[in-house]
Amino acid sequence: MKSHPTLLALVCAATFLPAPLLALELADDPAVKGLQIAQEAKRRDLGFADSEAVMQMVLTNSHGDTSTRELRMRTLENPAPDDGDKSMIIFDRPRDVEGTALLTHAHILNPDDQWLFLPSLGRVKRISSANKSGPFMGSEFAYEDFSSQEPAKFEYTWLRTEPCPKPVTDPVADLTCHVTERRPLYEKSGYTRQITWVDVDDLQVRKVDYYDRKNALLKTLILSDYRLYGAKHWRAHDLYMVNQNNNKTTRLTWSDFKFGNGSSDADFDTNSLKRAR
Amino acid sequence: MSGPLPKKAALLACSSLAASTLWAGTASAEAFESKGSIEAEYRWFNETPSDPQQSDGGFSLAGQRTFELEWAGRDHNIVFTPFGRIDAQDDERQHWDIRKLRYEGVFNRFELRIGLDKVYWGVTEFAHFVDVINQTDLVESIDGEEKLGQPMVNVTVPTRLGTLDFFVLPYFRERTFPSAAGRPRIDLPVDTSRAFYEHGDGDEHTDYAVRWSHYFGDIDIGLAYFEGTGRDPLFTLDPFAPGGPVLVPTYVQIEQSSIDVQATLGAWLLKFEGLVREEAGDDYSLAAGGFEYSFYGLRGGGADLGIVAEYLYDNRGAASPQPFNNDLFAGLRLALNNEQSTAVLAGFGRDLETEALSFRIEAERRLGADFFVTAELQILTDVPDTSPLASFEDDDFLQIRLARYF
Repeated sequence: MKSHPTLLALVCAATFLPAPLLALELADDPAVKGLQIAQEAKRRDLGFADSEAVMQMVLTNSHGDTSTRELRMRTLENPAPDDGDKSMIIFDRPRDVEGTALLTHAHILNPDDQWLFLPSLGRVKRISSANKSGPFMGSEFAYEDFSSQEPAKFEYTWLRTEPCPKPVTDPVADLTCHVTERRPLYEKSGYTRQITWVDVDDLQVRKVDYYDRKNALLKTLILSDYRLYGAKHWRAHDLYMVNQNNNKTTRLTWSDFKFGNGSSDADFDTNSLKRAR
Repeated sequence: MSGPLPKKAALLACSSLAASTLWAGTASAEAFESKGSIEAEYRWFNETPSDPQQSDGGFSLAGQRTFELEWAGRDHNIVFTPFGRIDAQDDERQHWDIRKLRYEGVFNRFELRIGLDKVYWGVTEFAHFVDVINQTDLVESIDGEEKLGQPMVNVTVPTRLGTLDFFVLPYFRERTFPSAAGRPRIDLPVDTSRAFYEHGDGDEHTDYAVRWSHYFGDIDIGLAYFEGTGRDPLFTLDPFAPGGPVLVPTYVQIEQSSIDVQATLGAWLLKFEGLVREEAGDDYSLAAGGFEYSFYGLRGGGADLGIVAEYLYDNRGAASPQPFNNDLFAGLRLALNNEQSTAVLAGFGRDLETEALSFRIEAERRLGADFFVTAELQILTDVPDTSPLASFEDDDFLQIRLARYF
């Protein structure tokens, strides 16, 4: 147990210093420690209310041929700890799916509610969200890699700390990372486990190794170009996924983040899906 | 235009345009966008046509473009989508239409849409019984999924207990039918120039509709009521028409109440839609129901295989003017979920009374960034002469479409 002056200093720090500089009291039990890190990362991002951003994906196959996807994503924060966020994705490229929109009401362990709007028919279709492991728009990202990574979706084993992997594109200052294994608790995941590298200061994910259902390394994701919004909300702008089996890659780039757009539930229902653009 | 664009509809569209221009005048931030596609199509028919005027296939070209102007955030917008087709064989298929020309305004408590628009109701895949707002553009596709723009005033009221939609439909659009040279078609040509209306207001009869839709957990549900000119024509035979016997479409007044409901349970989708209709003093009902089940991640990869099966019912039985009175449809859909979005749909339909059998295979993929190719094969066999489908038995075809999006 720490002495009172230290405790006082801690309270002062809590009052005057921005959250990322707060020292984290972590348990010794690796399962608890892993969960604590995830919960703290989530806690620090609370209060973003809503966001919108533009995404571009460049898919590269093993011959080096590329194709491009573009979409816009809007997210409505759900402050309740026992349920997920709401999101709307509007597809812009390829052009044959332009105007198609996907509404997701995410849940923690229960399957998400999803509706698809097909502009050529003017039809809103409730779809199954069970294909969590399916490729998103033909890319190396699966649907489950996109959905909000709520802490309670996984069980954890904290492994060690080590220097964070440095992305080629973004040789940032030397960071130290928590290396943690997490295992999906939700059904239909394509993964047995994931190894995550989360930096100890800002608790942002820097790298993820995905292991398939046979427990073989399937994909590696490097996240970089983190930028800070509203002095509180970190967002990675460059996500680079490499399929370890076939060397296909997907580079996903976020841009034009906008926070606090005054969105409400009414902007994330099946009725607003019909006029999403 | 297939059935010239009605004066009243034009007036409605223009007034919506004028109103929107006024709005736009005071707009702070405007955004203008346009997108479109052009599509080449070739069809082969392998059997001798029942009418020597018909051909063994041919080339056709269609295009559409959508213009969108929005202002005041995204809360006010105008959408304009003209469509046109050039067809070498069929004069009736060579046509143009305004798929959309409407103003949309989002206000605090409601949304307003004025102009030509498209509205879809229903959940099943093989039949679209409850989908009653827009008229079918049959010359475009015999599956009935292509629709003509419908003049309307639509007020949407979102509430805590679901969404309420009110429609006033001041003008009626006639269904399009192939000309005598068109194919596939019913053996007797339909003379659309002589369309007959039960109601004295003819195509200027104002129709009304209301719909409530909502979802509860895994269940999505819609209840609707429609009153006005039925979209499905009845036919009377004129054996003494100057150019030979023709069918004359007759549009009668109907009142229709419908329900559509879907349960989404993991990889299972359970679907039902049904309606009761009062038409020319008769009551009848139509229903379609079935399921969809998907196997995701075939053999550890990204592909999905879906199974769809639906049963279609019409309580008029063999007396029904539409062919699906006791029919079973089933299909498999394979989606590779790859870069090219390659997908194949193979299905069959079986009339459980007449034992008529139909097969349909559709395959599609993207080519490069902006092209999309679709192939479709349709085959009908064992159709008895008494079936409404009998005319189509010698109209089996293969169709290839190549679309360029821009």
